[in-house]
Amino acid sequence: MALEIRGITKRFGALVANDAISLSVAEGEILALLGENGAGKTTLMNILFGHYVADEGEMLVDGRALPPGDTGAAIAAGVGMVHQHFALADNMTVLENITLGTERLWSWRSDTAAARARIVEMAEAYGLTVDPDRRVEELSIGERQRVEILKALYRDARILILDEPTSVLTPQESDRLFDTLKAMVARGLSIIFITHKLHEILRVSDRVAVLRRGAVVGTVATRDADRESLAEMMVGRKVARPRAEHLEPGRPVIELDAVSVAGPRGGNPVLDRVSLTVREREIVGLAGVAGNGQSALAALLSGTLAPSAGTVSLDGEPVRRFTAREFITRRVGRIPEDRHATGVVGDLTVWENLISERLRETPLWRWRWIIDFAACKAYARRLVEQFDIRVAGIDGATRLMSGGNMQKLILARVLDRSPRFILASQPIRGLDEGAIAAVHQRLLDAKRDGAGVLVISEDLDEILAIADRVVVIHAGRTSPSLDIGDADARRLGLMMAGDLQHGAGAMAS
Amino acid sequence: MDLIEVFLTAGFWAAMIRIACPLILGTLGELICERAGVLNLGIEGIMTAGAMAGWMWVYQGGDLWGGVTFAAFVGASLGLIHAGFTVYLGLSQHVAGIGLTMFASAMSFFTFRMMLPSSTTPPKIQGFQQVKIPGVSDLPFFGDAFLNHTPMTYATFLAVPVVMYVLYRTPLGLAVRMAGENPVAVEAQGIDVLAVRCGAVMAGSALMAIGGAYLTMSAFDAFYFGMINGRGWICVALVIFASWRPGKALLGALLFAGLDALQVRAQQFAGGAIPYQFFLMLPYVLSIAAMVVMARRARYPKALLVPYRRGERH
Repeated sequence: MALEIRGITKRFGALVANDAISLSVAEGEILALLGENGAGKTTLMNILFGHYVADEGEMLVDGRALPPGDTGAAIAAGVGMVHQHFALADNMTVLENITLGTERLWSWRSDTAAARARIVEMAEAYGLTVDPDRRVEELSIGERQRVEILKALYRDARILILDEPTSVLTPQESDRLFDTLKAMVARGLSIIFITHKLHEILRVSDRVAVLRRGAVVGTVATRDADRESLAEMMVGRKVARPRAEHLEPGRPVIELDAVSVAGPRGGNPVLDRVSLTVREREIVGLAGVAGNGQSALAALLSGTLAPSAGTVSLDGEPVRRFTAREFITRRVGRIPEDRHATGVVGDLTVWENLISERLRETPLWRWRWIIDFAACKAYARRLVEQFDIRVAGIDGATRLMSGGNMQKLILARVLDRSPRFILASQPIRGLDEGAIAAVHQRLLDAKRDGAGVLVISEDLDEILAIADRVVVIHAGRTSPSLDIGDADARRLGLMMAGDLQHGAGAMAS
Repeated sequence: MDLIEVFLTAGFWAAMIRIACPLILGTLGELICERAGVLNLGIEGIMTAGAMAGWMWVYQGGDLWGGVTFAAFVGASLGLIHAGFTVYLGLSQHVAGIGLTMFASAMSFFTFRMMLPSSTTPPKIQGFQQVKIPGVSDLPFFGDAFLNHTPMTYATFLAVPVVMYVLYRTPLGLAVRMAGENPVAVEAQGIDVLAVRCGAVMAGSALMAIGGAYLTMSAFDAFYFGMINGRGWICVALVIFASWRPGKALLGALLFAGLDALQVRAQQFAGGAIPYQFFLMLPYVLSIAAMVVMARRARYPKALLVPYRRGERH
């Protein structure tokens, strides 16, 4: 066995993140580590790589025990890690990022010429082309990931850990990554592939270990596994995601006409002449790789960013004042991308967050100036019940809630106002299967009740599951809209990579 | 005497060099700390302590380079205190730095008073003397302006390329710069982030202290109360002016020193018409203006002010 993990237990306070986990990986094998968010996958790998120290248990590489909490020793033993949030310094070069720590710190010079030659050679061997002298910030996300892999290979890694490596890639980039991984195992490397996407596991792995609530619930050979059985093992019960029904759309609720947002200091525009319409009773999906203008579009549709050109109309009437209040009053519901940062105020109570978009509204406020505590709390209790929000009490701090319940709180706040238009940014990011089903069901219900919904997502499966139409965004430009029946992962992937007309051409033919 | 004449006197250029030296050393020191991700507002106090330590060593009969070494040692020790609070305990870098400045300044004045309870005029020491470089120092104008200085001055100008080389050309410098950009990346390559940061803060603080010692050992030959007089704060500003680059730091320090040397001379020929305080103020006003222009393009170390805690969920 290249790697053996025996009885690893790790606690964070009262939370048991890893509960007596045992695993092994053989040479030339790809082991997939499957589990929902919070199942303990990343924690386990961070222990293996020496970022955390386990409370109990041991790890053996090639039969030798690995000292706990020592990243240097893990690297020396041949363990390499590609972090989900890349551990790269953006304004330094690829070469600098790779060579850091490979030479003795106290030496009078670095042999950059030799390092550059070696990087180029390795990059060619594994199909990881990247220019060693470019700054990391100039690279695409896919290229950055290649740098992370090169970093590990440069240290002669024999066991490579990849933490959710495809979450930032287009389907085509993912395919390319899988080819690289296959090339690596062919040369005898061992790979641990962390993911929560079932189809990837079925494609690349040899074996699957499933984690649930910090414990291994089973290990199966991939050839004996299928989607349904893996999903059930991961969640612990059968979960069916709700299906979309097609309804006849009504009048437009929001229209963007050639809307642009200028880039910082005269750079490329963040949004470039975007035109987009969402009508009553329809869900439009906005697909795209992260960082292509989605955040600006979301800010624009929440009223926190004004366009530099073009018009935005709500219910046929152009918006003149881009303020959050204007959008709230005109019944725009906002489900923000980052729940913790812009969705809720973590240190305020649950009821305070629930009323936070109904400031000075009767009957929650008396004479528009004084909070009516009794009315507010009764209102909050009703929403908590109606939307099945699991909280200890409405007077508790909101930051203590789980991701799924926090999202339900935000949904409750939005949906109780019977919104005309709902902006949902990454609505299921970081949620477990049960919560995903609940969130999608609520959005589908809102659609049936007459709202128009824009779902911004990096997860194509989500868009294909609930949207009626899909628009792709790349480098601040949007594609023509595509009926969901004409869209599939491959075509959307090509559009996400920049070929925005790909869909339109296909429709015309 | 008018402005053109000032620029034509060797004395003006020599004064600029003298005034610049403590600023160059202090700025390099602060730059090293900040490149590793730690703001060191202890600089004003560390320079005071360095000035005191160097002076004391020589006053007690030690030799000059011994005094410089002792000042560096005191600086590094104070740097260790700062690193203990900010790197290992992850406390506020602002608060720890201001606290260190107050502590180190007060400690220096206290020690001085303990040694000399009753002196009213600060006793002089025999500091570094000007060294002529055979042949070139006797050149008219140029020799007087640039090549007739103390060994400490020459060493200061030598420190700039040395710091540049270490930061940009050695594995250690790469680790320091990376620790200020993304400590997670450093940790992921098996290097101890806290040790790198602590070492950088100590080395930077040693340079600051030598900058302070320059004042007592190569300029005034005595220690006064309040002699650092805000030079440390100027260095903090110069680091921003320099966009965290040693070459630009040298340029910034020379520019400020030039303005300072100029204002003293400007007081002489315009002193009657305009109050001299106006001229005292000029270098500061102009450096604020320069900073506003330069800092807009500055690319600051991304992890500056962010404490790194191992094993925490991030």
